[in-house]
Amino acid sequence: MNIDLNKLTITEAKKGLAEKKFSSLDLTTACLKRINSVEPKVNAFVTVTEEEALEQAKKADQQLAKGVDLPLLGIPISIKDNFCTAGVQTTASSRVLEGFIPPYDATVVVRLKEAGMVLLGKTNLDAWAHGSSTETSDYGTTKNPWNIKHLPGGSSGGAAASVAADETIAAIGSETAGSIRQPSDWCGVVGLKPTYGRVSRYGVVAMASSLDSPGPITKSVADAALMLQVLAGQDRFDATTSPKLPDDYLKNLTKKLTNLKVGVADEYFDGVTETVREKVLEALKQLEKLGVKLIKIKLFSPEYTIAIYTILQRAEVSSNLARYDGIRFGHSRDYFGSEAKRRIMLGTYALSAGYYDQYYNKAQKVRTVIVEDFNKAFNEVDVIIAPTNPWTALPLGASQGNPMYGEMADALVEPSSIAGLPGINVPCGFSKEGLPIGFQVIGPQFSESLILNVAYQFEQATEFHNLKPTL
Amino acid sequence: MKYTPVIGLEVHVELKTLSKMFCGCSADYFGKKPNTHTCPVCLGMPGALPVPNRKAIEWCVMIGLALNCEIPSFSKFDRKNYFYPDLAKGYQISQYDQPFCINGEIVLENGKKIRIRRVHMEEDTAKLTHAIVDGEKVSLIDFNRSGIPLVEIVTEPDFESEMEVIEYLKRLQQMVRHLGVSNADMEKGDMRLEPNISLQEIQNSKNQDANKFQLPNYKVEVKNINSFRFVGKAIEFEIKRQTEILDKGETPAQETRGWNEGQNATLSQRSKEEAHDYRYFPEPDIPPIRWEEFQIANIKSQIPELPDQKLERFQKEYGLTDAQAIFLIESREMAVFFEKAVEEGKSKEVNPVQIANQIANRKIDVGKISPEEVISEIAGKTTGIISDQAELEKLAQEVIEENPQAVSDFKAGKEKVIQVLIGAVMRKTAGKADANKVKEILKTFLTP
Repeated sequence: MNIDLNKLTITEAKKGLAEKKFSSLDLTTACLKRINSVEPKVNAFVTVTEEEALEQAKKADQQLAKGVDLPLLGIPISIKDNFCTAGVQTTASSRVLEGFIPPYDATVVVRLKEAGMVLLGKTNLDAWAHGSSTETSDYGTTKNPWNIKHLPGGSSGGAAASVAADETIAAIGSETAGSIRQPSDWCGVVGLKPTYGRVSRYGVVAMASSLDSPGPITKSVADAALMLQVLAGQDRFDATTSPKLPDDYLKNLTKKLTNLKVGVADEYFDGVTETVREKVLEALKQLEKLGVKLIKIKLFSPEYTIAIYTILQRAEVSSNLARYDGIRFGHSRDYFGSEAKRRIMLGTYALSAGYYDQYYNKAQKVRTVIVEDFNKAFNEVDVIIAPTNPWTALPLGASQGNPMYGEMADALVEPSSIAGLPGINVPCGFSKEGLPIGFQVIGPQFSESLILNVAYQFEQATEFHNLKPTL
Repeated sequence: MKYTPVIGLEVHVELKTLSKMFCGCSADYFGKKPNTHTCPVCLGMPGALPVPNRKAIEWCVMIGLALNCEIPSFSKFDRKNYFYPDLAKGYQISQYDQPFCINGEIVLENGKKIRIRRVHMEEDTAKLTHAIVDGEKVSLIDFNRSGIPLVEIVTEPDFESEMEVIEYLKRLQQMVRHLGVSNADMEKGDMRLEPNISLQEIQNSKNQDANKFQLPNYKVEVKNINSFRFVGKAIEFEIKRQTEILDKGETPAQETRGWNEGQNATLSQRSKEEAHDYRYFPEPDIPPIRWEEFQIANIKSQIPELPDQKLERFQKEYGLTDAQAIFLIESREMAVFFEKAVEEGKSKEVNPVQIANQIANRKIDVGKISPEEVISEIAGKTTGIISDQAELEKLAQEVIEENPQAVSDFKAGKEKVIQVLIGAVMRKTAGKADANKVKEILKTFLTP
């Protein structure tokens, strides 16, 4: 029997389970063993639910034996610690919520459970998802599995690291603007941020409600498609989910890319390091070989979005964090870290009488302009490809003393987030230092099938996704 | 008096929907064990999201339509941010600049129009109780009320007396009861009243209307009053208090006051300087609402007969006096009960006036007795309807002589006045006259 079961993708693990080469218990045990051995170095988890995971694995094996067929039956998954899990502590990596045991499951968790997953534990994030490094977590910084002196990115840093380090088969993250794609890029894994409203936010500790989008972080594009199939769809507990029926996301993966129009905007290469630029341009060449047509387009410079995003996000944060008063659950406000306090203050200011029109209202208007800018681009091209990050993973400590660090790191993913568009990070190379580099495919609203198709074709033509860090 | 009171009113009405405004919890919270009608949404748990109650929104629009409001085709919810322990999320979901209903009006008995500025939808807060438990002073919170749908109805400052305010309130209460959207039970807190009161010096200008456009430069709000009587007393008190201040050449402070029943006075609660900045912004968790015309038409078609219409019809159709009709339309249940009894009474020769008298005099509780029982009671003691032509003619003649004003009004073309005369004949017979016959006789006598 394969001793490295934890390295498998969902697709591979499902095959092995179906062919009875190993059991869910074997698979889960392998992941838990890996967690025990690498966590001291990586710190991807806030909570590991070892006992429950083994129980669930045994149950899954019984069902497998009975021939039950579910999309994730017996597959170990890690979930970002800002998703409510009934009976399992949920902290959003803030001490304010330390010891908080939700009485209910987030819709994403409900759907994963119905699909048969084994919950391994809850992964680390920047406290309240405020950041792009996990350095604002009250539970320590997660380290990049490719080089533990470097950051994993964030806020879903724990989720991306848990996948890259093979501590889990797949992970659930959430993105407000970059929190799935950015850490996936730095950790060399696949991260899919769905269209806003495609996946339910119910039970996800709210960051910026008009932007938050849960999504999968996986070892392969096919896995991301499979996970999205489980997650996507209208939820009666989230009024902002779309009634549009989900596509069959696996069906289109193998479609040829002949004549697909890919937009490339110079604005997304400004300020990008030479190494990143080089690898993304190589990826574009590879895609040309696969038949796509590269078309030069003009988009607003992503730097404009930083101000817009900062105002809207801080405003919503200031309101969303108001419920953490320590009266009904959790601890008092004294437990908020300095990043959360800064955001509450800035957001409160932006919404104050006399400033609302100047800041919030104006930001909303510019947001509409950004949406229109993308709409215009999608009249010319099918998808847009750009670097996911301007840089490779920065060293530990990079975010400290720099309150706008996150916004700078997320500059290239913020515009599409603001516009509610789907995007996927695909690994496409490494720097000389051995740190991963990726590119993102951005598509129109609800075009997940299409961007998954592009990502899959690229992945199948390259080997980057098969490389593993040594820990 | 040298001053004209300028009074506006904010009324909160709790809707009696089955479930709460933004979650599936039962909205029937009164008298229930604390914190048993709760869920992650109305407790403001991390990650919980509001999903608006369609029925509640339709009922809010229905109230607006009944108050002759316009229904803008676009509306949205907003967050009103403030901290209070009874507010689970740290903000209340309400409506700020684009409410469901705007620009309505209600006409008072004296013909005066009270303009309705807006009718909007929001959610109720939890209930705080300050108690001593085991010798310790504590505040207890019951979240059963958290998220109950509330409709807020705001008037322009068009009232000039507490009588006008009370008349408006009674009509509003009756209206929401007839619409079947609220019990409007003051004692249970279904209806909460907040008058704002200021005084306007009466100028010698002949153009009173021009005066109206210049509102006083201060406003005193009295919060959360739970009875019509107290509203009257609070307004009376404020008029007196503010008059004394103005007489000294000073301006009353802009502030929020509360009615204190024990002291029979309003007491200062919060000054202008302490006013909240609610930092309203559009609720990102709820998509905006866009109405199609047919949807509004559909809600309109569900509006039952309203009290004013019912009052007129009861007088016309059943020959009731003003007082009788007003008594019967007090609640929809009462009106329905009466009409059922009328139907039942037809076969037993019991007429509507007798039924009306029986209901009023015996103070019948419509929840405890059936219309059939009332009819049998009346039929039991009635020897029968007076339909003797000669006797009725004699009584009609008497009534015509006793009511010269009504007679001349009728002859001048006010045909409705005949109801007054029919009523008078009815009273003479203790309601035993055949109303239709009386009408015919009166008409022959009065028509040349």
